[in-house]
Amino acid sequence: MAINRDYLGRTFPAADPYEVSRVKIGDFADAIGDPNPVFRDRATARAAGHADVIAPPTFAVVISMAAGSSAIADPGLGVNYAMVVHGEQRFEYSRPLMAGDVVTAQATITDIRDAGRNVLLTTRTEITTVDGEHVCTAHSTLVERGGAG
Amino acid sequence: MSGQVKFIDVEPGTELAPESYRVTRLSLVKYCGASGDFNVIHWNERIARSVGLPNVIAHGMFTMAEAGRYVTDWAGDQAGLLEFGVRFSSPVVVPDDDAGATIEISGKIEEKLDGNRVVLALTARSAESKVLTRARAVVRLP
Repeated sequence: MAINRDYLGRTFPAADPYEVSRVKIGDFADAIGDPNPVFRDRATARAAGHADVIAPPTFAVVISMAAGSSAIADPGLGVNYAMVVHGEQRFEYSRPLMAGDVVTAQATITDIRDAGRNVLLTTRTEITTVDGEHVCTAHSTLVERGGAG
Repeated sequence: MSGQVKFIDVEPGTELAPESYRVTRLSLVKYCGASGDFNVIHWNERIARSVGLPNVIAHGMFTMAEAGRYVTDWAGDQAGLLEFGVRFSSPVVVPDDDAGATIEISGKIEEKLDGNRVVLALTARSAESKVLTRARAVVRLP
């Protein structure tokens, strides 16, 4: 099954707002093995100038991937997920994500191209607070191995 | 956590001390749960091999997270990270044993920009393979 090129340029509706929690940040920091207390302890975070505990920089992918997965999972796009590996990832930050943030993520498919036998699928996801403050833009390229078959 | 690096003290070309980060099967299970990325190639050896991989592989984002940790630990501040991008050039293969795999990350000051911004070029290796290429972070320093 080939990837459907008609999806290039498509923007997917933002899912329900995502509320960033201290517990989820702590779990993420534990999973990546980063002991920094700024991810766990509010007093430490405040001393560093943040209103609450902040998230590690790549935590943004939890939110951007949830938005992107609605695109990837779309049966009309035709991605074989077991053949997918991550090709590239880039973030542009206005500030760190923080406990208590309520954000939305809107994903757009910005590129679909062949690279040898593989297909590269690039999405841009804008993460903004429900009040409209930009937090992070995530650019993600997924590789479907053999997808160009 | 070391103190915060100052822009005035940074010189282009300076190599930063390398760090090593361990990744085991348990790390990947935890990362699946914490990230919501349950792609089977990160936890199921049978399926990973059936789709042509040498074994279970780490999430690319796990490796990127360690590179991010390397950058923010060096800078001594989280909020100064403005841009962070990588290309995943080779998988981190994680065997089913207690040692797991090791990701070695090093960095170099590539350039100083206006606005107290510094460009770091990062290198990440595992089992002699370059697992990240074009890995760059732009950090604002005081």
